[in-house]
Amino acid sequence: MTPLLARRLLFVTGKGGVGKTTVAAALGLLAAEQGKRTLVCEVEPKGDLSVAYECGPTPFQGRQVSPGLTAMSMDTEASLREYLKLIARVPVVGRIGPVASAFDFVATAAPGIREILTIGKLCYEVRERHYDLVVVDASATGQVVGQLAAPIGINELVKVGIVRTQTGWMLDILRNPEITGAVIVTTPEEMPVSEAVDLSARIAEETPVKLASVIANRVLPELFGTREEEIFESMAAPPVTKALAEELDVDVDALTSVFSAARLAVTIRRDGAAHLERLRAGIAESVPLLYLPYLFGRAHGARAIRQVARLLGEEL
Amino acid sequence: MSPTRQRAKAGTGAGTAAGTDASGGQNPRREEGLSAAMSSPTALELEQLVAAKEVMVACGPGGVGKTTTAAALAATIAARIGGRVLVLTVDPAKRLADALGIKGIGNEATRVPTEAFERAGIRPKGELHAAMLDMSESWDALVRRHAPNKSTADQIISNPLYQNISRRFSQGHDYIAMERLFELHEDGDYDLLVVDTPPSRNAIDLLDAPARMQEFFSSRLLRWLTVPYRSRFVNMASRPFYQVADRILGSQLLQDLADFFILLQTMREGFVARADAVGRLLRDPRTTFLVVTTLEAVPGREASEMKAALAERHLHLGLLVCNRVLPSLLIDPAAARAADRLAESAASIGERLAPELTAAGEAVAPEVVGRVVEEVAHSFSNFRLVANREAELLRELSAAHDVSVTVPYQPGHVTDLAGLLRMGAGIWQDEPDGESPDTRAPGRARPSASRSRRT
Repeated sequence: MTPLLARRLLFVTGKGGVGKTTVAAALGLLAAEQGKRTLVCEVEPKGDLSVAYECGPTPFQGRQVSPGLTAMSMDTEASLREYLKLIARVPVVGRIGPVASAFDFVATAAPGIREILTIGKLCYEVRERHYDLVVVDASATGQVVGQLAAPIGINELVKVGIVRTQTGWMLDILRNPEITGAVIVTTPEEMPVSEAVDLSARIAEETPVKLASVIANRVLPELFGTREEEIFESMAAPPVTKALAEELDVDVDALTSVFSAARLAVTIRRDGAAHLERLRAGIAESVPLLYLPYLFGRAHGARAIRQVARLLGEEL
Repeated sequence: MSPTRQRAKAGTGAGTAAGTDASGGQNPRREEGLSAAMSSPTALELEQLVAAKEVMVACGPGGVGKTTTAAALAATIAARIGGRVLVLTVDPAKRLADALGIKGIGNEATRVPTEAFERAGIRPKGELHAAMLDMSESWDALVRRHAPNKSTADQIISNPLYQNISRRFSQGHDYIAMERLFELHEDGDYDLLVVDTPPSRNAIDLLDAPARMQEFFSSRLLRWLTVPYRSRFVNMASRPFYQVADRILGSQLLQDLADFFILLQTMREGFVARADAVGRLLRDPRTTFLVVTTLEAVPGREASEMKAALAERHLHLGLLVCNRVLPSLLIDPAAARAADRLAESAASIGERLAPELTAAGEAVAPEVVGRVVEEVAHSFSNFRLVANREAELLRELSAAHDVSVTVPYQPGHVTDLAGLLRMGAGIWQDEPDGESPDTRAPGRARPSASRSRRT
């Protein structure tokens, strides 16, 4: 399989709240640090990317975050405007206001119009080689399949017209696994793993894009091996704890709390490990599964992104 | 728990009981040790809230356990307070659907049998019903209601554009959930409706869904688009749009769109009136919103925005539920000191304890014991950091709230009604009945409630 960052277009998706933006931002940063001209684009312009990089607004035109790293937010109206100007060469740009809002309206109703403008813009950046790598903080599970499949779907609906003739080259980019890949982010929890497994199947069946990697985020470290756990349990036995508390000159209840906390950590970890096994079993064997540890410290913002980028670099 | 039998007066649920105090538990600035005494006020507050409200809308960021929380609340209300309670879920995990006994898909409500409660060791006072929201079925029903006749309805439903809107338009999902809620409320078959809300790009969208639906039907744009496309009298305003759109999209799509919008127009009056009524129900004093969140940074930020959005729209916030909160023992200063002492003395503890211990029947080296001690101490300080961050976020979030509850982290997941009732017991703040120790967060992982009034 092509190394993840050797591709040109990566769609990072997963259930809401699993750290999609963090992973996308970190992948982008890592690529830029490796000397690639990198664009990171958030598809839902909620400003998450600007929070991740702590860099101020990320407009459609792009904002340079660090050398070689540009961040942008998708804006389908702006994408339409650019499209009209660059590709369709339609001379209405000056009076696009009402046209754009009417278009917005149509795009809401007609399947794939908004999606094709999103995908089209991203593929365009790849085709024009403005960047070596485009990392997309894509939509969550619910919408990403529709987005990735838009160039296929649009052909069913639009029989003639410029949009139709444009889908061919987009599909060439999307179908090539050496150029394009999807990355599913998940956490070791029930619903995120179930969604990740479903999504990997749907991406394979319904979209032109191939799954490049699955990233399990917020994985807790293993506290003890089996032998160590046995030692721990002996220590946590009430008489031993009591003696230990006296020896350390601390309250026995307080020490019991510390042991309880360790037991909780073991339980959470074990719970997650079961989900990770389900994840591994649920995705194709050829797809690499990467692990990112749970960050006990600050889990968001530029510092956390740097940390995740470093960890990702080690995993890759 | 012994449920308080006092009948709550109609009101906002911010009743008379608890005053402005709060339990210790999660909040380190408050006094410790009130947990047992505090369990009844929360139960009372919840009972008063339920007595005053007919509709509870659970909203908040995705991935925080909203669906499960809504189901747990509904089940616990049915069990402890009584009445006919319906929980309307949008996209339940299979195990949750199983736990509620919802079979297959469809809008039909099913009653959770009393025996299921009895198996969980509870004799319910009321009835629990559960229904799943089937998006396309609900849309179809809506079209059939508002279309002038059956053939128009059929035409709309078979239109490919309609298929797209009704299945993929996520803002439409928001609306349909609220619309279905309205319908159930109108039918008046239930004393309380607890509704889970669809995962949407932005939880706040939900609140504005009825207004947006009205806008959609009232807008000039819709009128433009419904000018028959091939008409020679395409008006001046829409002409440039069609010229551009024609080149880009091709005329067939535009024809389809125009046809579709003309059909939609026939439902305009019904839709607008209905959306207005749905909006009124959300603002009705009998409706309350529950904000469900975890105490992590990103969901916390969304929950805080949700709170502000509710206030801005004069919608009632009944309860803030903070889910999967780490136990308060982690922020106990005495425990922190014990962990520090462990870390300092790891080596000497290893030396002393190693001769006493065996693992897998063999003697253990002092270094191994020392490492276990270090790991325990280190893990404690890691989790303590997270628990402290949660406590701080809780303080920031719940400052302006009437009632907030924290539900402790529970390993494993809810697989049956008993699990839902256990979670409900967490919300109600009493020790869950019949819980085996190994499924419980260790120590006195009590949920805590806080009440604060802002003047």
